[in-house]
Amino acid sequence: MTKENGFSVIGKALPKPDAVSKVTGRAIYADDMLPARTLHCRILRSPHPHARILSIDTSAARRMPGVHAVITGADLPIKFGILPVTQDERALEHEKVRYVGDPIAAIAAVDEEIAAAACDAISVEYEVLEPVMSIDEALAESKDERIQDYGGPNNIHKLVALEFGDVDGGFEKADHIREDVLFFQGNTHLPMEQHSAIATFVDGRVTLWSSTQVVHYVHRALAKVLELPMNRIRVIGAAHGGGFGGKTDPFAHEIIVCKLAMLTGRPVKCTLTREEVFYAHRGRHPVLMWVRSGVTRDGRITAMHFKTALDGGAYGSYGVASTFYTGALQTVTYDIPAYRFEGCRVFTNKPPCGPKRGHGTPQPRFAMELHLEKIAHDLGIDPVDLKQRNFVKPMTRTVNWLRVTSCGLDECTERVMTASGYRIRERRRGRGMGFAISSYLSGAGTAIYWNDMPHSEVQIKVDRGGVTAYCGAMDIGQGSDSVLAAIVAEELGLQPRDIRLVTADTDTTPIDLGSYSSRVTFMAGNAALQAARKMRGMLVDAVEAKMGGAEAVRVGAGRIGDFTFEEASILAEARFGTLTSAGSYTPPKIAGPFKGSGVGPSPAYSYSACVVDLDADPRTGIVHVNKVWIAHDVGRAINPLLVEGQVEGSIYMGLGEALMEEQAFRKGLHKWPSMLEYKSPTFMDTPEVETFIVETVDPEGPYGAKEAGQGPLLPVIPAVSSAVFDALGVWIDEIPVTPEKIVEALRRKQKGQPARYGPERFPSIPYPACIKVEPPPRDLDTNAAAASI
Amino acid sequence: MLRLPRFKYLRPKTAREAAHMATELGSRAMFVAGGTDLFPKLKRRQFEVDALIGLDFLSRDIRPGTNETELGAGVTLSAASAHEQLNKQLSGYAEAAGLVSSPPLRNAGTIGGNLCVDTRCNYYDMTYEWRKAIGFCMKKDGDICLVAPGSPRCWAVSSSDTGPMAMALEGLVTLAGAGGERELPVAALYRDDGIDYMAKQPSEVVTGLRLPHIEGNHSAYVKLRRRGSIDFPIAGAAVALQMDGDVVRSCRIVLSAVASHPLEARAADEFLTGKTLDDETVRAVAEIAAKPAKPLDNTDLTHFWRKRMVRVVVEQAIVLAATRSGGSTVKLLGQQKR
Amino acid sequence: MRVCLESYARRIVRNEMARDVERLVVALHVNGERTELLLPVHKTLLEVLREDMQLTGTKHGCELGECGTCTVLVEGKPELSCLVLPVQVEGRAITTIEGMASGSELHPLQQAFAELGAAQCGYCTPGILLAAKSLLESNATPSRDEIREALAGNLCRCTGYSKIVDAIELAGGRMK
Repeated sequence: MTKENGFSVIGKALPKPDAVSKVTGRAIYADDMLPARTLHCRILRSPHPHARILSIDTSAARRMPGVHAVITGADLPIKFGILPVTQDERALEHEKVRYVGDPIAAIAAVDEEIAAAACDAISVEYEVLEPVMSIDEALAESKDERIQDYGGPNNIHKLVALEFGDVDGGFEKADHIREDVLFFQGNTHLPMEQHSAIATFVDGRVTLWSSTQVVHYVHRALAKVLELPMNRIRVIGAAHGGGFGGKTDPFAHEIIVCKLAMLTGRPVKCTLTREEVFYAHRGRHPVLMWVRSGVTRDGRITAMHFKTALDGGAYGSYGVASTFYTGALQTVTYDIPAYRFEGCRVFTNKPPCGPKRGHGTPQPRFAMELHLEKIAHDLGIDPVDLKQRNFVKPMTRTVNWLRVTSCGLDECTERVMTASGYRIRERRRGRGMGFAISSYLSGAGTAIYWNDMPHSEVQIKVDRGGVTAYCGAMDIGQGSDSVLAAIVAEELGLQPRDIRLVTADTDTTPIDLGSYSSRVTFMAGNAALQAARKMRGMLVDAVEAKMGGAEAVRVGAGRIGDFTFEEASILAEARFGTLTSAGSYTPPKIAGPFKGSGVGPSPAYSYSACVVDLDADPRTGIVHVNKVWIAHDVGRAINPLLVEGQVEGSIYMGLGEALMEEQAFRKGLHKWPSMLEYKSPTFMDTPEVETFIVETVDPEGPYGAKEAGQGPLLPVIPAVSSAVFDALGVWIDEIPVTPEKIVEALRRKQKGQPARYGPERFPSIPYPACIKVEPPPRDLDTNAAAASI
Repeated sequence: MLRLPRFKYLRPKTAREAAHMATELGSRAMFVAGGTDLFPKLKRRQFEVDALIGLDFLSRDIRPGTNETELGAGVTLSAASAHEQLNKQLSGYAEAAGLVSSPPLRNAGTIGGNLCVDTRCNYYDMTYEWRKAIGFCMKKDGDICLVAPGSPRCWAVSSSDTGPMAMALEGLVTLAGAGGERELPVAALYRDDGIDYMAKQPSEVVTGLRLPHIEGNHSAYVKLRRRGSIDFPIAGAAVALQMDGDVVRSCRIVLSAVASHPLEARAADEFLTGKTLDDETVRAVAEIAAKPAKPLDNTDLTHFWRKRMVRVVVEQAIVLAATRSGGSTVKLLGQQKR
Repeated sequence: MRVCLESYARRIVRNEMARDVERLVVALHVNGERTELLLPVHKTLLEVLREDMQLTGTKHGCELGECGTCTVLVEGKPELSCLVLPVQVEGRAITTIEGMASGSELHPLQQAFAELGAAQCGYCTPGILLAAKSLLESNATPSRDEIREALAGNLCRCTGYSKIVDAIELAGGRMK
């Protein structure tokens, strides 16, 4: 049973506990639920990007046969939002709409057809305002009025300015200084499952089943907006049809179905249409970036100055955090001795942006990787060498106070270099390879709302019927249930199939903050480990007492000492009474001593390196990706099958973003809110990939594990753009890299203009004076670090 | 979920009966065969009808003869693309059928339906709510063209893949009306207008397609689209060549998705006739063929780029067709990647 | 100030409700069972499977034929249930994901998908499994490119497709 690594479950490629229910169609997603007497909800949305609502007349809708309830903003006036500092959303707006798709009224009717027709029967009188549709427009004075009544000046939402170390001095020491301006267009998650929620109201209690990544945050938002105590609300995560960060906010439709259930006394369901999913959005921010770096002759970075401007859409969402993230993680891959970051998020009349896989970091990662490639070309150094010379070292602190523990950058790089043959690649016009690296958090070190409680909690119950583990963690397809089962099974000497799981139910499970920021394996994993070790202790104690303590009690293969697991559990229950144990995980307090230091710290960072091989046709600009190699430092693969799945999925999503996905707007509207026109790569567009799992065994992760779900997306995007340069000698400084941009860059090159396609300038932004932060001691005191763990 | 509007479903047994029904109901009824074009548009409320007239009776037979191949209009696109004889004799047609949309749609979609596929525009192929928000366009519910607001006409794009190929192959389409059958060259089926894009009577049913076997004819279809599947064409070239060794005896080039109708490149046909195929000639003829193409900003990717790409797809299709003739020495100029 | 009140003239959806609903008795053959149902004729097969027959294994992602999620087999060939009317498939054999396993024994494809982690969120999985079943029935040993071509109408956002192709190859090998 025991593998070479000394574990019997950890490190094994086992199927997921819910695999059979998913391959047989038996998993119940929110839209699959249809209890008797269910009413169907449709939402009337704004046709204007920016308008004041003068009046709403719902009388015709109310009169329609089959309509049971009609609600507007007056019925749900309390504002909510994911971040405590930006409580700026309403489930239904009755004063002002801020993007095409902003919800205005909701109908509960006996069927969806009637609900849709009733929406069409509502009359809304608007005072139309000038829309703000770009970063430049948002920075200028509003023609009519500002989108939100906070932030500023103009439509600026958030400004940040931080400086670590002596940046001016660093630039003075440089032999070469380079500036680049780059743009990353916004894109969206496009989960295959459209958001869906169904609520009941029975015995004065609301129950909501939803396709959400964050049952706990939805629970909190419901309590606030519905003005009910949390103990009267239950939120259950239904089987989940894909999130990628798109289901990480509390959403209007979740609140609306609860309210309608309370009003009608019947179950109420709302499933968004695909078009509405594009309006719910919270996807990748479009980010304009300016970066200036100083380097020595041999390519060592002496200083970096990074500026970002994020097009945030109409509401706050995670935007404040997103803004900080565009400046936070530059330092965890490259050793930057002095670093200045200025960030700005603006409001525009578009669906709000938020966290998508890599939250706020793929954009600067793209900019920085390309920027360093260009510096390498300036200096005549191989870009891989230049990057490698600047790699951070394990057990160090970055200039902006981030604690790096395990780091497999060198090994990752070596693996993809060898496998791809990058260094000996064929040099031929039209064929190219690109290399890039990245890093991502294994969970955020600070909670979304400030508190001292654990971020994840697990309870385990053992009795004659077996083992049950309870945890609020939500499996969104990434396999968090597998991780919980594997860890509990490993500790108790069982197999994952022996563990019953109860997850993501606010009535029955202890709190886990949710499936976002790649936190579940690390945090729920550590909580499960702690709970399981306590349970194991009780079982071993009971067995030891019975065996007389002569020899050490071995746990494994379904046995505890001389007894079967079931016999041992009977001994332990007889000795201790009801067998329950609990474990929790609180990240170490490692944030730096400055305002804004809460975004960026993580108990551990994953690392990836990637090579993309592609053909780029100089005549058409059409890119064909031949192969992608990626090596990912996951610390320890609890289940290598699932790690590979996360890595491969990340590559796919990265390629989509790099080459074709675009959340574009025209005339105030989303240009193409459909799965036909929003281009998600098909089977035909996706290359073969080769994945290498690198294990650095992190000191703090459960069995050494770190994240795998987001980091591997990041290097794919710059690697594509680098490979295009390798193939054709033009820089595409704007994502996505489309054929027309390549053709245009080649045309410019031919005319003797700069051989690039991308933004010309970075706007003037009224950033405040930088908060100057003294850097920490750069080497991590290993003993102190170990003590803090 | 998006749902269909209410309608009655009529089930005629013959084409003539269907045509009668259509004559009687006028614009309040539409035909439906595979439904792959109609149903999404009905769900988006791009059509308003009281009744659908089912064309389940249409023949699904492919009958290869000595002088021609006859296809029933009910033949599915996947059946056409997989048909061995068709692939040998009329390869461009099988190729075009196999490049329509995606496998499951080709299993339902018919060759008759693809000939009649509605013109497309990314201001028009949107939901009712979206179109209401941007302001309705003249093709449905509105008065102006949102692509070219000063224009008196609609510029929606002909998006059939098989139509242009059937034209290049000098195919004939059979129509059944209330008064009887008639046959038309496929080219006569279309009109250069985004709204009234079909020249047939609305009540006439497309019942079949005859593709002649012309001695020495070799054909190819090259489709430009963003992805390897699902997408409609954003430019395409259908080419049929008859070769005498390396010399072009005659040639038909028809472009897809660059106008409101399949665009015949007559000048290019004439230019190429009698010429020896070499790189230079291919480039020259592609230039001529591409000239009349005027893509507008109403499909995927920019129209500037699409305009440049028309030449490329024409070149590729000519080279592909010539290669199939076996006698050519022309090398492929740039391979169409999947 | 531009005040904008939408006119009633173009309230298409509301006006539709004035039309009568035509209901027909339709006999559907789903997963080997014949069921007669009284259905509004404009209800798609997708809606009928999910809402009238409780066969919720068939999922939906766009309802416009753009994503492949609602794929079912009609006479063994994949079609999109969101674009099919029950009257059009009356009497023809329909297979949904619920009809793929034999009793509690998984189809080799289902087994391979479970083993190799080819289903992550699982939402596109039923449609992909059915399309793959159809492929393997006509070509027992497809190449990886043939698998990609056959599955080209089914989008998946989780897996990057790799493990799906692997699983279909594995199942094909086992079914030989």
